[in-house]
Amino acid sequence: MALDREDVKNIAQLARLELSDEDIGQYQTDLSNILELVEQMNAVNTDDVQPMAHPTDAVQRLRSDVVTETNQREKYMSNAPAQENGLFLVPKVID
Amino acid sequence: MEWEVVIGLEIHAQLATKSKIFSGSSTAFGSEANTQASLVDLGLPGVLPVFNAEALAMAVKFGCAIGADVNKVSVFDRKNYFYPDSPKGYQTTQLHHPIVGMGAIDITLDDGSTRTINVTRAHLEEDAGKSLHEDFQGMTGIDLNRAGTPLIEIVSEPEMRNAKEAVAYFKKMHSIVTYLGICDGDLSQGSMRCDCNVSLRPKGQEEFGTRTEIKNVNSFRFVEQAINVEIERQRDILEDGGVITQETRLFDANKMETRSMRSKEVANDYRYFPCPDLLPIVIDDDYIAAITDTLPELPDAKKQRFMDEQGLSEYDARVLTATRELATYFEETAEKCGDFKLAANWVMGELSAALNKNEVDIQGCPISSSNLGAMIARIKDDTISGKGAKSVFAALWNLEEGDKKGDDVDALIDSLGLKQVSDSGAIEGIVDDVLANNASQVENYISAEPDKRGKMVGFFVGQVMKASKGSANPGMVNKVLKQKLDEKC
Amino acid sequence: MHNLTLTQISQGLEAGDFTSVEITQHFLDRIEALDKKDGGFNSFITVTPELALRDAKAADERRANGNATKWTGVPFAHKDIFCTDGTLTTCGSKMLGNFIPPYDATVVDNFKKQGAVCLGKTNMDEFAMGSSNETSYFGGVKNPWDKNRIPGGSSGGSAAAVAARLVPAATATDTGGSIRQPAALCGLTGLKPTYGRCSRFGMIAFASSLDQAGPMTRTAEDAAMMLNVMSSFDEKDSTSIDQAVPDYTATLSDNIKGKIIGLPKEYFPENLDPEMAATVRTAISEFEKLGCTIKEVSLPNTHLSIPAYYVVAPAECSANLSRMDGVRFGHRCEDPKDLSDLYCRSRGEGFGEEVKRRIMIGTYALSTGFYDAYYVKAQKIRRLIKDDFMAAFAEVDFIMGPTSPTPAFKAGEKTDDPVAMYLEDAFTIATNLAGLPGMSIPAGKVNDLPVGLQIIGNYWQEAGMLNIAHQFQQVTDHHQQAPQGIE
Repeated sequence: MALDREDVKNIAQLARLELSDEDIGQYQTDLSNILELVEQMNAVNTDDVQPMAHPTDAVQRLRSDVVTETNQREKYMSNAPAQENGLFLVPKVID
Repeated sequence: MEWEVVIGLEIHAQLATKSKIFSGSSTAFGSEANTQASLVDLGLPGVLPVFNAEALAMAVKFGCAIGADVNKVSVFDRKNYFYPDSPKGYQTTQLHHPIVGMGAIDITLDDGSTRTINVTRAHLEEDAGKSLHEDFQGMTGIDLNRAGTPLIEIVSEPEMRNAKEAVAYFKKMHSIVTYLGICDGDLSQGSMRCDCNVSLRPKGQEEFGTRTEIKNVNSFRFVEQAINVEIERQRDILEDGGVITQETRLFDANKMETRSMRSKEVANDYRYFPCPDLLPIVIDDDYIAAITDTLPELPDAKKQRFMDEQGLSEYDARVLTATRELATYFEETAEKCGDFKLAANWVMGELSAALNKNEVDIQGCPISSSNLGAMIARIKDDTISGKGAKSVFAALWNLEEGDKKGDDVDALIDSLGLKQVSDSGAIEGIVDDVLANNASQVENYISAEPDKRGKMVGFFVGQVMKASKGSANPGMVNKVLKQKLDEKC
Repeated sequence: MHNLTLTQISQGLEAGDFTSVEITQHFLDRIEALDKKDGGFNSFITVTPELALRDAKAADERRANGNATKWTGVPFAHKDIFCTDGTLTTCGSKMLGNFIPPYDATVVDNFKKQGAVCLGKTNMDEFAMGSSNETSYFGGVKNPWDKNRIPGGSSGGSAAAVAARLVPAATATDTGGSIRQPAALCGLTGLKPTYGRCSRFGMIAFASSLDQAGPMTRTAEDAAMMLNVMSSFDEKDSTSIDQAVPDYTATLSDNIKGKIIGLPKEYFPENLDPEMAATVRTAISEFEKLGCTIKEVSLPNTHLSIPAYYVVAPAECSANLSRMDGVRFGHRCEDPKDLSDLYCRSRGEGFGEEVKRRIMIGTYALSTGFYDAYYVKAQKIRRLIKDDFMAAFAEVDFIMGPTSPTPAFKAGEKTDDPVAMYLEDAFTIATNLAGLPGMSIPAGKVNDLPVGLQIIGNYWQEAGMLNIAHQFQQVTDHHQQAPQGIE
């Protein structure tokens, strides 16, 4: 499926990726080519096939409801680009 | 045109697990920001979720309690959206294969009538963190302590037709989850939140109108208010020939209005897909049976029992079973005093009034059920009068925590001098004295028409009570007085 | 000293031929001389000499105290995808160019417990997305066999470092061939275990249902020694399988007589370079000499593995990389004007082109209206591919074929054509989709460049794969050859 510029912009917006105007054309070509590759899947009929999400047939293991974590805020927040009073800071959020 | 209102609710209930749904962090409320946010809760690169067994058990318990189909295979999906309180950029939830399928609950309206509301589904998911909008260098602060707290989202069918029904439904869900002990039900701390989907359609039309979703309403009163103002808003638009925009709205209780949430303006495409870090949850009949065995008596059953076995009215039984805490308190009180009706009167009367006045809930009640029951027992056996009981009640209410006086209600009654004199000999003595000291009133009594005498007894009762410093049993005083006066006639 | 294999180093330490400090210093000196300088291989993103020497010293003490294991004091390196507590972990991306993890990956922890000595973190394609190591923010890696050529990817740094004898072994990861293809292109032994064998906790996720860690070594014997320590059941990883870890070195010498080897005709397509095909077939004939039977099999849906993979992997990565948002760690743009700007610019600046392409493909494939046509369809194909393998394994013990369609290509040759780059993994991707173990061992050369023989086993057959690979290496010397100038 060939994508147009608007498609590429919409996808980039959904994925929160800033693309420069010059780059959009290249992405348009690349993504369209990749989709063309992907669409080779359509050559085979899969109506009666069960989708497979995991390579193994294992089922979810359960963890006991026990508090195992202790406060390590200082260490865990040490990579934060902006913080104050133990909070991560982001530009003002308006609801 | 006559409009029909269509309401469906999505209730988020925080599950009362000790640790989070996918990590070993504590879920306790009110800690310092980000001190309960582990590597997993922060969504650091490389971390992975592992599912909490208790969250599963609680969700299944809920499903069993509302007679729902509990799904033996359920799957976690990722719901993708960017928001700073969602650290991974997706919420782990269940879309296609929820743990709980179709069920139903009965709601009771103010007039005592009941309706069945179907529950479409309930699924497990993780809560988000919190954005703090105080000014931090002109920015918003993010606290992820709440991120990863387990939730069940309970989705109703759009079967409610007015705000009162919606509130009754919300209250009933509140009572079910608290009875089950799977949620603390504390609305003020956000343990339960409600999204209200509201739409209008011309009466008789089958097709639904366009709905709006009022997000995160966190009290029973607000649910009623928010729905009512939204109904009015939509009615105004429709009657002016306008169209309703499908959108998310926020209720502003101060302005009594709902408004569009601008931040959610950009059309979201959540791109749900099965979470590859988590495997299908598979349970069997034995698991479900074991959970069913642990179900406590639920509000409907308890209410019926109070009516059938204890003779309470439907209204009293409904009020007293509204929350598990109140029902437990009441039952303990009633069992202690041995009189359900008297206990109901006290719990719904004096106690409720005091709780309301002091703005505390039953969990914060300063009088233990055992002390209240002991006090009521003393009313029942005439040790104290109704009036005296109010003094005892006040004294119990005001005791400092740990005060030894709270250990023995009888001793407290004694120390307050509220024990009634019910010894007939002693009362006869006082009555004789009063009659002797008030000869002229006795004369008047004797000479009065018999049908006027009844009223005149009151004077003597007052005198006797005064002479006994209020300790004489008024019933007995009446009886002795009548007998003695009649002897003179 | 650097020509010693991992196993020989372990034995040398045990025999007291040298100390851990000595061997560690030797490799650190080589890295310093050959890797970091201009014109060097650039196989490391971070080298940690102080930590390494400290650990080597501690290892020597541990040995003196009589508490040494086979791994105590043995030097190795981690792919920079594994989180290392206190040491920069970039995943080859500008996005994590300043990320210092506050914790260790389980695989990292497993090595620490043994007293192994990590020399540093190896270069890789950004977030493991690439087949040539050219998408790394920290620059491409040179193939020690020909410095104008790529080492393969995404574990290109691990492969080049081991091939150049800068380190005797390294960890790696494989989502679509990222261990096996660079192993093939650098003349090494690389093994991608069964999905669930090695813990993914702390291994920065690319595509969660496909990613698996494994060893990059010179010999099958060394791979067994690596896999012994990399494998573990991990309660912190829901997809980790509680399967006993055998001693993979114990069965290396088992007799492989009577084993049945399947050659899928789809792995020898008509357009496969005849020299490649001949080299691989010659290698396979060695197994006949060792008493194995060769049988043709068919994996009819092989051609669908790349299309399905380029839905599944991008879909998962589009969500996995959403946490890279400039809020809690990682690159954050200057002066974001609002939340959307913070996200879009931080991510726009932090990610390279290939990563953006894959995020966008995944985003598109999962979006409303396309989910069934792309994602669900790909999952169904995934089932067909697994069924193909199960049918084949009903008849054969192992499947063999070429690891990659070509030997190492020149740097820059395929960077402008993503689809051409994707076809590099035509033979490796199917095993990831099925979760099966796959391995590449040196099979010979074409144009003086190494060629890999791929061995695919049934689930949990790593010991058997290592066994036949080891037996092959007892009668061949491809694995002993070193790039020119390395000896």
